[in-house]
Amino acid sequence: MKKQITISGFGGQGVMSIGKSLVEAAVAEGLHATWVPSYGPEMRGGTANCEVVLSEEPVGSPVFTYPTELIAMNLPSLHKFEPNVTPGGIIFVNSSIISEKVKRTDVKAVYVPCDTIADELGNKKVANMVMLGAYIAATGALKQETIRQMLIHMFTGPKAKLVDLNMQALERGAACLEG
Amino acid sequence: MAKELWKGNEAIAEAAVRAGCKCFFGYPITPQNEIPEYMSMRLPQVGGVFVQSESELAAINMVYGASASGVRAMTSSSSPGVSLKQEGISALSSGELPAVVVNVMRGGPGLGTIQPSQCDYFQATRGGGNGDYRTIVLAPCNIQEAVDMTQEAFDLADIYRMPVMILADGMIGQMMEPIEWHPIPKREVPPKDWAASGRRGRAHSNFITSLRIDAPDCERFNRALEQKYKTIAEKETRWEEKDAEGCEILITAYGTPSRIALSAVEELEAKGVKAGLFRPQTVWPFPSARLAELAAQPSVMAVLVVEMSLGQMLEDVQLAVQGVKPVRFHGRVGGMVPSVEDIAEQAGMILREVR
Repeated sequence: MKKQITISGFGGQGVMSIGKSLVEAAVAEGLHATWVPSYGPEMRGGTANCEVVLSEEPVGSPVFTYPTELIAMNLPSLHKFEPNVTPGGIIFVNSSIISEKVKRTDVKAVYVPCDTIADELGNKKVANMVMLGAYIAATGALKQETIRQMLIHMFTGPKAKLVDLNMQALERGAACLEG
Repeated sequence: MAKELWKGNEAIAEAAVRAGCKCFFGYPITPQNEIPEYMSMRLPQVGGVFVQSESELAAINMVYGASASGVRAMTSSSSPGVSLKQEGISALSSGELPAVVVNVMRGGPGLGTIQPSQCDYFQATRGGGNGDYRTIVLAPCNIQEAVDMTQEAFDLADIYRMPVMILADGMIGQMMEPIEWHPIPKREVPPKDWAASGRRGRAHSNFITSLRIDAPDCERFNRALEQKYKTIAEKETRWEEKDAEGCEILITAYGTPSRIALSAVEELEAKGVKAGLFRPQTVWPFPSARLAELAAQPSVMAVLVVEMSLGQMLEDVQLAVQGVKPVRFHGRVGGMVPSVEDIAEQAGMILREVR
């Protein structure tokens, strides 16, 4: 198994943290992983992206031209990276703010209304977790339980209630794959 | 041992603390800012000192002072900032003072860009300061190696009483990767009986200087440095190989491009091309002898050097290979990073051309 994932969106959409969560979970599952941020002179509201590699083998190049999956959190990201996705790959589209459809026919498109679901759950900040849930469900690259253990570890004391909220976000994201 | 996820810059800083670094002096610059940031949090916890200096020049001279008093001291910066430190690195070499200097390289020249680069190879290996000095230059290709090398750098600096540079690039500084905090081999480090840390009843004063105004005296000192550098070249030269024996195209790269080249080698091998990788871990001393040996193999048709520069390590490779085989170059500059596909394509083109 080797995944090369490009995750892209506006600064503030939690793009970097989707990548970090994937890598953290991968490490917990004994996989090799790398996370490379774009660290240009970007500002809040500007574009941000990161490149993640998850692999059973040690990672050679941490950067790549052709992602196996693209997570597009906003429209410019879809436009920029759609042509590069490897045939047979998956494009995850945040359909809450991207009304366009994926044009390529040789890749699978998964539409996830991240912000709409996050609003329904009462916390806009979990939009990225909705997308993470969809990614995990669609690829089977990681176990949802690993993420739950990470959340339990991350949110303690008064923040412990955020575990359930984030798990709901993951599950709602996963449910987008059904039907 | 459990693997932990670390960002390169923070991992380098933590490695320095674990190696007993007690003083850090630096001035902010991207893409290495997490090093001083981490140090400002961490050093006070271990009874150390963190100073954000007023300039890079001040920082390197604070390192000189701290090191002269016998403590483990470090500074870090990125390309333009390391330029400003060159005078101090020359002075540390002349004062025979141990120090660890980290350069998380970005694109140049001048202020350039904040993206990854390897354009300071000449400066690091030839010395950007004045005088016949050398610095041991360790070139990590991933975060684990950056951590291991940073810890060992303090031992090397103490053993040979000289500045040791960690030559990383912006990618290593900014990326995250799992690492293990495994124990690194302990080197025997001589006592710092030369330190200017108070006479305390001793018969003689310890005196550290970089001025030797008497020419014969200064020549003797230079000869002694020469001997030291020869010893280092014999004992401390390091490299790694992947399928380099029996290969047809020998790709040579260090730092981030070497791990990209490793993926290219795997891609080429999957297509039936006999590709190999030679990766210097020390770029001074440069592993010339082994590279010459590998290049001279009858199977090798060409050597391809890959760098994030216009061709700097290329010159060391040419010096090592001595024209015995064609040496070709592929470089990206100004903050751009070579791709696996480009390296593999270049290798294929070169092989078609030389066959």
